Formats: sequence, structure tokens, C-alpha cells
Amino acid sequence: MKFSRNSQEVQKEQQINMYQFLVFVRKEFYHIFRDRKSLLIIFALPIAQMLIFGFALTNEIKNTEIAIMDGANDEASHNLIEELNASRYFEIVATPNTIDEIDKAFKADEIKLAIIIPPQFKENLLHNNSASIQLLADATDPNTATTLEVYAGSVIRDYQNNANGAFKLPYTITNEIRMLYNPQLKGAYLFVPGVMGMILLLISAMMTSISIVREKELNTMEILLASPLKPMVLILSKAVPYMVISLINVSTILIISVTLLDLPINGSIFLVLGVCFLFITTALSLGLMISNITDSQQTAMFISLMGLMLPTLILSGFMFPIENMPVPMQVLSNIVPTKWFFIIIKDVMIKGLGFNSVWKEILILFGMTVFFLTISWRKFKIRLE
Amino acid sequence: MKMLLVILRKEFQQIRRNPAILRIIFMMPAVQLLVLPLAADYEVKNVNLCIVDQDHSSYSQLLLTKLAASEYFIIKDVADSYDEALGSIEKDEADIILTIPPHFEKDLIKENGSELSLAVNAVNGAKGNIGASYAVNIINEYNQEIREQLITMPKVNPVPVINVTYSNWYNPGMSYTLFMVPGILVILLTMVGSFLSALNIVHEKEVGTIEQINVSPIKKYQFILGKLIPFWIIGFIVLTIGLGIARFVYGIIPEGNIGLIYLFAAVYLLALLGIGLLISTIAESQQQAMFISFFFMMIFILMGGLYTSIDSMPYWAQVITWFNPVKYFIEVMRMIVMKDSSFSDISHNLLIIGIMAIVFNTWAVLKYRKRV
Repeated sequence: MKFSRNSQEVQKEQQINMYQFLVFVRKEFYHIFRDRKSLLIIFALPIAQMLIFGFALTNEIKNTEIAIMDGANDEASHNLIEELNASRYFEIVATPNTIDEIDKAFKADEIKLAIIIPPQFKENLLHNNSASIQLLADATDPNTATTLEVYAGSVIRDYQNNANGAFKLPYTITNEIRMLYNPQLKGAYLFVPGVMGMILLLISAMMTSISIVREKELNTMEILLASPLKPMVLILSKAVPYMVISLINVSTILIISVTLLDLPINGSIFLVLGVCFLFITTALSLGLMISNITDSQQTAMFISLMGLMLPTLILSGFMFPIENMPVPMQVLSNIVPTKWFFIIIKDVMIKGLGFNSVWKEILILFGMTVFFLTISWRKFKIRLE
Repeated sequence: MKMLLVILRKEFQQIRRNPAILRIIFMMPAVQLLVLPLAADYEVKNVNLCIVDQDHSSYSQLLLTKLAASEYFIIKDVADSYDEALGSIEKDEADIILTIPPHFEKDLIKENGSELSLAVNAVNGAKGNIGASYAVNIINEYNQEIREQLITMPKVNPVPVINVTYSNWYNPGMSYTLFMVPGILVILLTMVGSFLSALNIVHEKEVGTIEQINVSPIKKYQFILGKLIPFWIIGFIVLTIGLGIARFVYGIIPEGNIGLIYLFAAVYLLALLGIGLLISTIAESQQQAMFISFFFMMIFILMGGLYTSIDSMPYWAQVITWFNPVKYFIEVMRMIVMKDSSFSDISHNLLIIGIMAIVFNTWAVLKYRKRV
């Protein structure tokens, strides 16, 4: 008899708790939806960014400005120059006559590569069966320099093969090369998932990072603390409206990626959605943690914007391959949530892999979320100073 | 003038009173500059190979030895079938699958030719392409060696061959820190400058102290100048710390005149702070200011040529970059640090940034209304 009354009480208490939670969630919704301008910014921002970066960012080489110093000025050199000009990689913008002029063009940033064709190019080719071409690259950017050298080298090789015609050397190994997953070598396959993770993480984390600290700054915290709500419930009620907003953002971002940016979804769409949901939870929790350990909005913003932007950009693996980094950096990159999101999205959307291949990464994101929430909860101060 | 000094004193006092922010302003860029350039290495090396050797001949063995000996490749895995090898690409353990078909050696000798197949993980297209080119180069060298074993090659090449030689100017060691440190420094400086100023006036709006200023006889331009100058000085300190780290940690000594960097930075910071103040006058809350600066900061960083080349962008995107101050400063930094460019080389960039500084600051002064 007594026991059943107790359980009724417990049930009643739970109902009250749930009701209080919903009331608080409603309060947060009011706060957010009253500020129309902010809301507009939050929704429009990811769309604009996805569109701009999705189309603009690429590591493909296209129409790079180069100079050609043609010392031969004969039929063979003209043909080669035509070949270079016809390729989509290069655009010949200068024809210097001396090395000094090349140096000047490099210094004024007008060209990235100079190709030097020596005198008697055709004669050497015809009579000695051998001629040399010199490539000078502006190696201030070592990556572009290497890529340009490789591409120019292959254009020259093609030219030579065409010139040789049907003549084939004995004992020749031919190479059949297949580019898996991305036969057209589109930059978008790499950059769209990367930018997606970055935008989602930063926007979600920025939204919640000021949520609690703002109440402290505007002195409304006192009222919240006087309410019977438990700290954890209070923290979560702050996160729920932002969760809704983030879910809308995820949908628009995914729709843009697939329809306009031609990103395939080769794997399960539900897995993609589930992972996005988990990832924004991670990001929102990260923001909540920042909000709980700072004491002014400005500090919180500095940490969530300045502190997160470059590290997520550089360490998440879409700009710089993680396997190229020195070992300490590879270890450090593990704490960046976007790294794991990027791996999962790449694997599921582009490679078409299933849950079995990405469960480890999912587990890591889940662990991070729990960690951030625990810290937020432990650091939440129930007394004013 | 006296009025300006009074405002300046107020601003400096406010900054000094918030040591938490001040610490972050100086620490965050320093720490990031110490750590991040180390990660920003794009050199394609350590390409992981997965080998499917269906021939098991002395020739296939020789090819593998040659690939393993090169500095670019690591033979990570040996699989029995292509399908098995594909698994290691899916797990990101291998970048390239090299399949040596059965009878590779026999075909090469008897049929006068043979075929190898390379399957490349091209999710990162550029990296895949470079890796494949390296592999093809090594295979061609190997091919030439075999040919020389089998036949006595004539002294003169039987067919015309073009030899391509490479030289890398301004950065012969192909050092990535030399490339990244100046760029990252510019971005950190930009973040500190624009973000600080963007939050500033909005903060006064949010806590209500702007009203006190509005009722005072302070003129608009005096108010804006009073906000500009302290951040301008902070910007210089951040730049100096950054150049110090570049010099003493990374050993980067600018080839060109360091005075030029400061000259450019002086104008650049004005333009930047102007943008920040403009955001500050438009935004209603600090949250809005933060989101607007986030939006511009992402565009500034990702379209500033720090890493992705501007030349490869579609034309409309290149037009956007013309309005990106970060692009101009990164260019100037790299030109001065690595190429010893002179004043006349950077004068074009300086002029554009100068115009930006004037436009944004005038705009901010006009936009700032002495009303709530």
C-alpha cells in the first residue's frame, strides 16, 4: 500500500519535472524567435557559405598563369607551346626573353611557373634524339609548385608521345590508371564535406557558447538559479532550441551539397542524417562547455570563434592530409571533432561504406559529447559570486 | 584633441580592467602560431601502396623493391586479390592499389609488352593524381632498366626524348613552414583586429553605456578614433609577437625589408578595424556581431589564398577575392618574406588596402548614429 503511493508520488514528481523542462524550453524558444535579425543570420549564413565555398574552393589546377621563354622559336617549340596553351591547366601570360624578366614576373606575382625551351630545340630532337626543357617554379607555395611541375611534365610527355606517333619501344610496360570514387578529380569531393563540418561545428558551438554566460552577464542568472530546476535540466533546456535550429541548418546544407554541389550519397542517407545529428549534438555540447567555463560573452566568443576556427580548418584533414603531419600533430588532431565527422561523411557519402566501417568514429564523437556535457554540468555554478 | 585623449584613456582603462580578454588576445594567436604551421604540410610523401602480385616473378619482385626504395612510397599491404585490396583503400590504409597481372614477366619478354594497373583513391583528387604520377615515373625508370638488360640500347636514343629539369625558386628546400607561417600570422592578426573592434561598440549598446556617450559632447569621429587607436596598437603588438615567433622559433628571417611589413600592416589594420566598427554599428547584439564577423572571417580565410589557390577559382569567386583584404596582406607578406620584393612590387596592394581603409572608416562614422 505504502509502496504504491510512493511510486505514484515519484511518477507525479517526474511529470512536474518534465513540465518544468518544457516550460524552460519554451522560454528559450521565445528568446530566440523574438530576435528576428539573429535568426535570419543564423539560417542564411550556412546557405551563403556552402554556396560560396562549395563552388569556389578547390585544389584543382586550372588556368594557372605561366611564362614561356622560347629560345628556339622553331616548329617543335611552337607545337609544344600550343599544346600547353590548349591544356586547361595553363594560361600563357608572358613571353620573357631573359631570366631577369622571369624573376621580375615572379616577384610581382604575375606567374607561378616558367618554362624555358632552349635554342635549337627541334634540331636537338631530330638529330640527337634528345632535348631538355627547364621548368622554374615559384616555390613560395611548395604544394602548388610540385603540382604544377607534375602537370607540366605530363603535358610535355603527352606531346612527345604524340610526336613519336606509332613508334613503340620494345618491352614497354603500359600503365592503366583508374581514379576510384572521383574519376574527374573534383575538388568538391574533398572540400564540401570539410566545409560542411566546419560550418556546422562553428555555428552550433557559437550559438550555445554564449547562452549561459549571457544570463550571467545580464544578471538574469539569479532568477534561473532560484527556480527549482536541476542544473542538468537547465543546461539541456538551453540546448534544445538550438538543436532544432541546427537540424534545419543540417538539412539545408545537405540539400545544397547534393543538388547544387553534386556530392553523391553513395551510402545510407539515414546513416548520414544520424551522424549529422550526433555531430551537432557534439558541437552544441562543446558550446555549452565553453559557456560554463567563461565569465563574459566576449571571452566565450573569442574561444568559440578564434579558438576553434583555425584548428578545425587545419587539423580536420580536409586541407592538409593528416598522415603528412608530424606525429605530435597527428595525435593532436584526434581532439578535433570535425576530423571524425569528415572521415565518416567521406566514407559514407562518397565511398558508400556502411555502419560497420565507421562505428569507431561514431563512438568517438559520442564519447566527446558525453565528456563536454559532463564538464558543463560539473562547472555549472549554482551560486552567484 | 584633448577630448580624444580623454576617450583614449577611458578605452585603455576598460581594456586593462579585463585581463581575461587581454590574455586571450595575446596568448591565442601566439599558441596557434606555435602549433598550427607544423600541421600544414601538404607534400605528397608516404603514399601507402597495397600490392596485388599475381605474378610472383623475379621481375615483379624487382619492381616492388624499387617502389619501396623510393622516398614517396610505403608498401603497406600485400593482398591476394583486388577485392581484398579494395578493403584497405576503404579503410584508408592504402592510397594506391598496384595490380601486377599473372604472366607479367612472361608477357613482357615474349609478347614485347605488359600492362600494370593502378587504382588510386581519388577522394582527394590532387593528391591522388600526384601519387599516381610518382608511381608512373618509377615504373618508367624500372621499365628502362629492364630494357637495357634485355637489349643493348644504342648510344643515341632510338626515339626523341625530352628531358625535363626542375628548379624551385625562392624556397629551394620546399619548406612548408616558410610558406604557412606568414599566412597564418596574417589570419590571426585579422581575427584579433576585426573581432575586437566588431564587439566593442555593440558591447556598449548591450550594456547601455552608449547612451552616456551619446549625450556627451563627443563628436562622432572622435568616438570612432578613440575606438580605433587602442586596437591599432594591440594589432601592432600581436604582429610583433608573431614576427618574433617566426624569427626565433621557425628561424624565418624576411628576405626583404621588415619596415615594409610594418608600413603595410599600419594601413591594413586601419582597414580591418574599419570593417569591425562597421559590423559593430550594424549589429544589435554581440551575438549578431559575432555571427557577422564569423561569416566574413570564413570568406577572408578560405578565399585569401592561404592554401587554396585563387587562380583555380571560378571567375565570380575571383571577383569576390578582390574585396578580401586578407588576400592582399598574405601576398605582401610572402613577397617580402620570401622574394625580397620591393616597395614598388607591393605598392599596388598598398593602394587598394589604403582605399579600403578610407571607405570602411568613413562608412562606419556615417553609419554610427547618436541614437539608441
